[in-house]
Amino acid sequence: MTTMTMIEAINFTLRKEMERDQRVICIGEDIGKNGGVFRATDGLQALFGEERVVDTPIAESAIIGASVGMASRGLRPVAEIQFFGFIYEAMDQMVAQAARLRFRSGGVLQAPMVVRAPFGGGVRTPELHSDSLEGLFLHSPGMKVVMPSNAYDAKGLLTAAIRDNDPVLFLEPMKLYRAFKQEVPEEDYVIEIGKARVLKQGEELTIITWGPSVPLVSKVVEQWEKQTNTTVEIIDVRTISPIDEETILTSVQKTGRAIIVHEAVKTGGPGAEISALINEKALFHLTAPIIRITGFDTPYPVPSVEDEWLPNANRIIQGMKEVFSH
Amino acid sequence: MWLEPNETVVEKIQYLDENGKLTGESPDVKDEELINLYKWMIQARSFDQRALKLQRQGRIGTYAPMIGQEAAQIGSAFALEKQDWVYPSYREVGVSLVHGVPMENFFLYTMGHLKGTASESANVFPVQIIIGAQCLHAVGGAWAGKYNKENSVSVAYIGDGGTSEGDFHEALNFAGVYKLPVVFFVQNNQWAISVPISKQTGSASISQKAVAYGITGVQVDGNDALAVYSTMKQALERARQGKPVLVEAITYRQGPHTTADDPTKYRDSGELEKWLAMDPLKRMKAFLMEKEIWNEELEQKEYEWADKKVSEAFELAVNTPRSKVEEIFGLVYEQKTNQLTEQLNSIPTEGVLK
Ligand SMILES: Cc1ncc(C[n+]2csc(CCOP(=O)(O)OP(=O)(O)O)c2C)c(N)n1
Repeated sequence: MTTMTMIEAINFTLRKEMERDQRVICIGEDIGKNGGVFRATDGLQALFGEERVVDTPIAESAIIGASVGMASRGLRPVAEIQFFGFIYEAMDQMVAQAARLRFRSGGVLQAPMVVRAPFGGGVRTPELHSDSLEGLFLHSPGMKVVMPSNAYDAKGLLTAAIRDNDPVLFLEPMKLYRAFKQEVPEEDYVIEIGKARVLKQGEELTIITWGPSVPLVSKVVEQWEKQTNTTVEIIDVRTISPIDEETILTSVQKTGRAIIVHEAVKTGGPGAEISALINEKALFHLTAPIIRITGFDTPYPVPSVEDEWLPNANRIIQGMKEVFSH
Repeated sequence: MWLEPNETVVEKIQYLDENGKLTGESPDVKDEELINLYKWMIQARSFDQRALKLQRQGRIGTYAPMIGQEAAQIGSAFALEKQDWVYPSYREVGVSLVHGVPMENFFLYTMGHLKGTASESANVFPVQIIIGAQCLHAVGGAWAGKYNKENSVSVAYIGDGGTSEGDFHEALNFAGVYKLPVVFFVQNNQWAISVPISKQTGSASISQKAVAYGITGVQVDGNDALAVYSTMKQALERARQGKPVLVEAITYRQGPHTTADDPTKYRDSGELEKWLAMDPLKRMKAFLMEKEIWNEELEQKEYEWADKKVSEAFELAVNTPRSKVEEIFGLVYEQKTNQLTEQLNSIPTEGVLK
């Protein structure tokens, strides 16, 4: 057992999987000598050579499209998109090519590949560096969408993603890359993709969240519980596609209240989907309307208003007061 | 030094003139191969004509004919080795047949079967609808082939219109940087639906674009099967040694873009006539007759045989049970998600209205 930050855990996992399986190769911009702008691939090129840790020209569509070709011919590419906001450049290769290859080929071909990208706000980046676009992929059948919120999960989930025979989008909250250290076993372990984690048990409210919002929600709930006599259950969904319905529904059926917190914009976002799910399957257990606390329906804002735009402690507490007012 | 547009002079490789006469020395190709090459061209044309007819009868769906492009398609595919990979667009039925895709797959595809055009028996990707996307798959495939020391070349087939897409350029760039065993085979059939090549690019040729990416370019008479075959052989040889090649085959789409298109709206008949005179099958036939290794009797027999094969393939397709909606749920992920299972189980088994 050793302690690691999330970025260290990701780097460690990539190294372990590349050692274990010759077919695993990393491909992306600045991931070689530089080790990635966040150092996720630090030292890997020195260990595995340029053939397995590939510094590519700046061409996102090519990074994903070439990965589709590699994956379908027996390699296991782990592609890095430098910032998730740049994924638009590669949308066709993501959703029309990688995600559909199994379907289009009638099951003859598959694309076992991982696309990693840092995402999420609160770190004062330039434009298009902080956007949370996971909803675009939730809406695109054929791709799995995983978003760890801590180092331990990052290792287990990334290991699972690399060994998965479907394309996996692996989104890393950049605010949490170095936010805290955690005990992470060096031994091999896998966290099943599609299984949520109940972070904390509670009786009167379920908060469903993921990625960068998880530590924030934990902190807010801790304060809330100190000042009220209600307890709150927190679910870190970890994977939004496929989503762990059972964990969410079991919790909401117990608590009767639900709040969904995410940084992606509200309209048509993953929160809408989760809310619809609860509506379809647990409506009569609810004692209050479901509330979504999300990014606003604007482009990701400039740093001076970022903190108000993002789900923050005040907005979450306001939402909690509202669900308890019914 | 200033580089001016279109300073690069590109000369088209050609062996047979418009009448099928050798323009110079013949490349070293065995008679038997020449005959086989021509037989495949006949097969492709038979398929094409039948597919058009079947579409008009409403027995298959939209089809993109290849008539006029048989020399480009068959000549290039005939040069491939079994271990090579093809990444086709939607118009490469001829290529795919030569490379081993069962003919019935194309009927099944146009009839809306799930099975589609990929097959376990041939190294051919499913047909690509997003023009250009396949170039990157070929690049990645070539990377994997090189990594696994397969000695295989990956060939992306694309039209002239497709070369305007970003993916084409990103693919050429990757190929040049990594020196991949890949060939980009452009069939410049003069039109992208209703837009002529002159509105697709400001450069005088597509082949010269190779220069900008540090790879080899070549232009070939795409209606001259002999020239295409021999050029492609050399391109593959180079690619096998890690020298990617961009081939531009100058050809012509004699028919409509697809069965849903009417070319008389945007092109004049004079143009079509000019190209009909350079028809690839006519040329190859004249060449083989001149060589006295082909005659009318063989020709007739071959058309009959080809026609029979097409009929058999169509029969097979017709007798294949229709795809069921249940099947689609199993093709999204390796294992059905709970959501997909639930949606599958939600399909009503009988009508609710009586
Ligand atoms: C990305 C994309 N844009 C537009 C289309 C619609 N479309 C289908 S074929 C075609 C023309 C392609 O022309 P070309 O590449 O020259 O190939 P050809 O059809 O002549 O073989 C267009 C615009 C498409 N399939 N994909």
